[in-house]
Amino acid sequence: MTGDEDGVFFLTGKDFANAGSASSNLKGILEKRGIPAEIIRRASIAAFEAEMNVIIYAVAGMMHYTITPERIKVVLQDMGPGIPDIGLAMQEGYSTAPDYIREMGFGSGMGLPNIKRNADKLTINSVVGEGTTVEFVISLERSGR
Amino acid sequence: MKLFELVESLSLDVKTPGADLTREVTGGYVSDLLSDVIGHAPEGAVWVTLQAHVNIVAVASLKGLAGIILANNRSPEEGTLRKASEVNVPVMTSGLPAFELVGRLYALGLRCR
Repeated sequence: MTGDEDGVFFLTGKDFANAGSASSNLKGILEKRGIPAEIIRRASIAAFEAEMNVIIYAVAGMMHYTITPERIKVVLQDMGPGIPDIGLAMQEGYSTAPDYIREMGFGSGMGLPNIKRNADKLTINSVVGEGTTVEFVISLERSGR
Repeated sequence: MKLFELVESLSLDVKTPGADLTREVTGGYVSDLLSDVIGHAPEGAVWVTLQAHVNIVAVASLKGLAGIILANNRSPEEGTLRKASEVNVPVMTSGLPAFELVGRLYALGLRCR
């Protein structure tokens, strides 16, 4: 498949039993399109981290993807607490996750940096008390980086 | 090294019957922080951890890891095994502590890169 394609996955906060299924489905869609493995790897990692943030912090959210021959764009929009200081949240090791989340091995403050490292472009918009939108783009016009 | 050779050498207990143990293990990684594994574990690695919940399967599948070994006799949760069988991620357990386990994996020639 080479044309444009888009879709949406709905995410439920604290639903750890199904956490990761949206990014896993997205990975399957990318594989079907025959996108190079290295790009799929980067897109799946970024999607998983962004998905987990919604599961961990928000009440609910959605992951919307659009794939064109030029790029993969993924937008995660959530109803969550919002991020008061995005610069601080981007710092490796900074996390506001509660203890029980950390005991599961999440909340190590590496999620957003992992997204940034794997995406070609990352945009975060957040309103405290309303929610956060994380958008990342991975270019398909060159292989690897 | 094939996964089944590793299972034999270290007397690992395979918790996912029917899982593909013929997979080539090309490295190793040890961590209990999921984002650390996502960021740094090499593809084809066997992952040593104490985390036993279902999300480790998603991480292993995402990263194309060869399998997960739970150290110190941690038992995987039921949901973990169900998911692992579904997506064909072998889950094994060992009575050895993580330090000891990783030492033996290293001695068998596995590296992190």
